[in-house]
Amino acid sequence: MSQFQAIGSIGVPSPPPIVAIPASPGYWRSVWGRLQRDPVTVAVGILLLTIFFVTAFAPLVATQDPTTGSVIGRLQPIGSAGHWLGTDETGRDMWARLAYGGRLSLLTGVAPVTISLLIGGILGITAGYAGGLVGTLIMRTMDVFYAFPSILLAIAICGMLGSGLFNSVLALALVFIPPMVRISETVTSQCRHLDFVEAARASGTTTSQIIRHHMLANVLGPILVYATSLISLSIILSAGLSFLGLGVTPPAAEWGLMLNSLRQSIYVQPYVAALPGLMIFVTSMCFNLTADGLRSAMDVRLAH
Amino acid sequence: MSSTTAQPTLDPRDRGGPAQPLLIVDELTKHFPVYGGALNRQVATVHAVDGVSLSVRKGETLGIVGESGCGKSTTARLLMQLIKPDSGRLIFDGDEVGAPGGIDVTSMRRQMQMVFQDSYSSLNPRMTMIDSIAYAPRMHGLSAKAAEARAESLLERVGLHPRQFGRRYPHELSGGQRQRVNIARALALEPRLVILDEAVSALDKSVEAQVLNLLADLKEQFNLTYLFISHDLNVVEFISDRVLVMYLGQVVETGPVEDIYSRPRHPYTRALLASIPTLDPDRRTTVLPLTGDPPNPINPPLGCRFRTRCPFAEAGCAETTPKLAAPIGTQANPVTPHLVACHVAAAQQGAIHGH
Repeated sequence: MSQFQAIGSIGVPSPPPIVAIPASPGYWRSVWGRLQRDPVTVAVGILLLTIFFVTAFAPLVATQDPTTGSVIGRLQPIGSAGHWLGTDETGRDMWARLAYGGRLSLLTGVAPVTISLLIGGILGITAGYAGGLVGTLIMRTMDVFYAFPSILLAIAICGMLGSGLFNSVLALALVFIPPMVRISETVTSQCRHLDFVEAARASGTTTSQIIRHHMLANVLGPILVYATSLISLSIILSAGLSFLGLGVTPPAAEWGLMLNSLRQSIYVQPYVAALPGLMIFVTSMCFNLTADGLRSAMDVRLAH
Repeated sequence: MSSTTAQPTLDPRDRGGPAQPLLIVDELTKHFPVYGGALNRQVATVHAVDGVSLSVRKGETLGIVGESGCGKSTTARLLMQLIKPDSGRLIFDGDEVGAPGGIDVTSMRRQMQMVFQDSYSSLNPRMTMIDSIAYAPRMHGLSAKAAEARAESLLERVGLHPRQFGRRYPHELSGGQRQRVNIARALALEPRLVILDEAVSALDKSVEAQVLNLLADLKEQFNLTYLFISHDLNVVEFISDRVLVMYLGQVVETGPVEDIYSRPRHPYTRALLASIPTLDPDRRTTVLPLTGDPPNPINPPLGCRFRTRCPFAEAGCAETTPKLAAPIGTQANPVTPHLVACHVAAAQQGAIHGH
């Protein structure tokens, strides 16, 4: 008897109580949360912020003038009195030059990428969403630029426009537009054929609403990650342009330029001569690792 | 399930009266060009949908069955005007779609919604469930608050507690739950006709049954008309009032579900039904199931398209394409006619040929 009752009570289970599960935080907040839990990204982010603040507040952290020095005190080693990072081939304080030089180097890293992100992103999303003739026209035009190796293209454009900071930024922006277009076109055309875009179309959503509300949020993530990884390449390429005398002109401090002018002193003061190269390496590495961290933090399918 | 004789309550938006079919499709055709060769010229044509005519009456469920690749999903997308048909007319509740004096595509889409097969890719991964459901009403001018309230009540209707699921993202839900959200999203614009394109095919059997029951409930509550596309004959028999059988982009047979399942007239329909695994000894059949693949829709056979796989095919089958007509020797019921596209009387009777 008691057995039957027991079975009966199993047969009619009481409905489980409804437990309100805490709302998922917004997408960007959850990305931020995942970034904070990634030790490499946190370390790299702190390093990048340090570099950024030191260069931004260069006059405060480096008291000496980066453009004047005494020839008598040239090529001092690291750790010498008054110049803790030594001096360069004309006796200018290396610490001050590295701090001030970071401004231009970061600018030549970020500015071309930002310009190409805007132009290339718009062109690529247009090509990917429109497809057909418009898409083919944009993509084939970009293919023409792919015919030249990027550094050669940058040198050619810079040589044509003349040297200078502005022209080298412009040249690098032009170099980065084609890959940016290609990446944005690929992600957009993949996203465009997913059912939720069709469903939005089927409910009478206009094209501009679809692009703004459905496409951008899904497409911007991968494009931003790619752009971040381009920053390091941009720093290296602009250092290369300065090295060749096509970018920033002396006596302004810029890491690529410093590397070039210290090149002759590498047998006298190898450690001092290596400093600008080390800074380029560390900064571009930081940007690359940030891009990696962003990539995994933004992938929803990796979540939880 | 609902019966064909039940008189549907009329929607306030109704224009044609109860006898006017909600949707009439007339000779819908879509051919896809195939490009190739050195100059990317058009080298061939895929006859995806070829002269499909059908009508969906108010309050009924029309099932569309056929093998994969027979043009079921293309038909659905053509009806939603997600792809432009090459030719053919759509008449929604007596008004021709896109014609002067008729209704435009946007107002038709508000009354006609679609649920897709892939529950994951049909939800925006960056939107919460509430946002996804409330999106279309908001775009059509409902205030954020009202749209959200509607989304919450719809979530409740499809059996998901809004407090529990409303703020979740698609990857945090199971396939069955996501498909419920997709159904809620389709209902958010208060449509009259819902196209379910393989909407339950990707779900496992127990969840499929729950979703089918949910669909039946919703149909009653919201006074809906369904166009149910599936390759699963058991599901179609369960949910449909009338059935339409497609083969290679054409309709081969249509009629009330009981007639089609108990007395199929087209040899293709018989072969399809014979392929259903059954445990019921009374439903065992001696008809051989189909062998081989359907012919390539790039170059469909002339005349009757089924003749290459048909045991009854005669010389005449290759000459003219059979039109849908009442089976030989019967009178068509004027309201829900049983129609078959076949030339051969013996084929319609299902006699074994040559014995």
